Amino acid sequence: MNLDFQALDLSRTCDLLVALAPELALTLAALVVLLVVAWRHRTLEDVRLAGWLTLAGLGAAGFAAWFLWWNGARAAGIPAMIAVDDFRLVADWLFLGTAALTVLVSFDYLAREELWVPEYFALLLFATLGMMLMAGAEDLMVLFLGLELMSIALYVLAGSSRRSASGAEAALKYFLLGAFASGFLLYGIALVYGATATTNLTLIGVQVVTLGLQHSTMLLIGLGLLLVGFGFKVAAVPFHMWAPDVYDGSPTPITGYMATAVKAAAFAALFRVLGESFAAVPAWHAIVWWLAVATMVVGNLVALAQRTLKRMLAYSSIAHAGYLLVAVATGTGAGAAAFLFYLVAYTLMTLAAFALLAAKGTNGERDVRIDDLAGLAQRRPWLALALAVCMLSLLGIPGTAGFIGKWYILVAATASGQGLLAAILVLASVISAGYYLPVIMAMYMQPEPSAEAHAGMRLGRLGSAVVAAAVAGLLFFGVRPNRLLDIARVSGASVRAAPAVSSDVTPAPLREPTGR
Amino acid sequence: MLLGPALGVSAALFTLGVFGVLLRRNAIVIFMCVELMLNAVNLTFVALAQRLGVAGQIFVFFVMAVAAAEAAVGLAIILAIFRHRGTVDLQNINLLKG
Repeated sequence: MNLDFQALDLSRTCDLLVALAPELALTLAALVVLLVVAWRHRTLEDVRLAGWLTLAGLGAAGFAAWFLWWNGARAAGIPAMIAVDDFRLVADWLFLGTAALTVLVSFDYLAREELWVPEYFALLLFATLGMMLMAGAEDLMVLFLGLELMSIALYVLAGSSRRSASGAEAALKYFLLGAFASGFLLYGIALVYGATATTNLTLIGVQVVTLGLQHSTMLLIGLGLLLVGFGFKVAAVPFHMWAPDVYDGSPTPITGYMATAVKAAAFAALFRVLGESFAAVPAWHAIVWWLAVATMVVGNLVALAQRTLKRMLAYSSIAHAGYLLVAVATGTGAGAAAFLFYLVAYTLMTLAAFALLAAKGTNGERDVRIDDLAGLAQRRPWLALALAVCMLSLLGIPGTAGFIGKWYILVAATASGQGLLAAILVLASVISAGYYLPVIMAMYMQPEPSAEAHAGMRLGRLGSAVVAAAVAGLLFFGVRPNRLLDIARVSGASVRAAPAVSSDVTPAPLREPTGR
Repeated sequence: MLLGPALGVSAALFTLGVFGVLLRRNAIVIFMCVELMLNAVNLTFVALAQRLGVAGQIFVFFVMAVAAAEAAVGLAIILAIFRHRGTVDLQNINLLKG
């Protein structure tokens, strides 16, 4: 067994297994969890056992991803079904980390809400596995399977609170609109396949250049339908209508997971498809430009009108999808680095905000209004401080990771000649102060309405650890972003179209009949 | 053979499915329209696969498997809604309230 990590030949089984080690570890963990909960699903202890097994599985997959990354794993030879590059492995960390933090928050939440849902953790693992496949897909077929694996697990998770009518509604909305979006995505894949005769992302890029398909009608319609499908998944305006309702009705840890990891996975797949397959097609820049503008403006304006914290955070996550689309629209290396950096920062701040919201409310947290936080700073100073840091980071105040991320997006946008887009981003951020700052004002400047106003608020030991870690991360990356940015730059650069058009790359992988 | 007509039919089916999803109000009918969209895609793949090689036909198998999984989950969710509300009419459920 001689493994060369820098040149894994994915047509050999052994190398393929090594390249897929993180996914395989996670699959194994998910199956073990599924088996364990089939036998033990009656008491709180059993739920905790499943949770710790889940964490162990996530840890194993994370270790495998780290090992591949540390050895600088690369694929060599003809393009295969799965990509082996830094982008995939760094995205894997992001998904695994988000899933681990979600699991830690879920322990207390499930116990408090008496949600005895044995399959909860197994579905979480399967959803994470789908995301990893999406970020690593080198073929539209794998991308589609990863997307569906993620989505189907999440449809169930969104409705995992069976007593709650709003949970069932959220699941139904998510399911119907998710399946609708998958239809668009699939039709887009079919038309791209029709135009280029392949579903491999690299080969599509090669075919577009060699056959001169930049203005082919079939390819452009296919690209448009793909963008509609991805638009639904990242909740970009005008395909965002499902997001607030679904985020509102789902259990809060799952909402946090959907707002961060799902969005990150869809963005990672979108980024790879646009970068590897359609780098030579100019049409998508204009589409993504308009999507970014609409998402930033509408997301921020509607967020202003929200009174409950959960819906406000839902619209805030739509607005942040707009900022990420700006980074995608630049289409440059700096944009890729800014994109990954912002994804990490956004995940930390949104996840911490939802974890704090889960601690505040009961019964799905749908009724926690911003005014309900009045006087939190006197009663629970540390929780108030954590939420304040999250809000400031979401707003993009210097000293937080949110600011650094936004700053790099702005730099990338202006450097690629998208000055107008950068200006709109700044204006949108100014609008967003109108709904982030009232949260801080309520906590620090308004008196507590009654002595029992915050009595029910409790964050368990694990939940506190998650929030503390996220806030520490936000402040740390806000002051010392260099290392993370270096990783983001290298990984972003690993996603690119095939360099030169070489005539020996055959479009359809047909074998010459060599037998006599 | 017959590539043009096959693509035309599948485009028409897909459009029908999209309009069905947007206009109908019954969750089960909407779900059937989504399935219609997926089958339109399958027809496109099969039609294209005659010319472009076997990848399109393989894709159809994956789409069918995924559609089956989606149907299992989707019908369960619709059943859950029915238990809560006694109806599967989306008029009463405020879909797309935004």
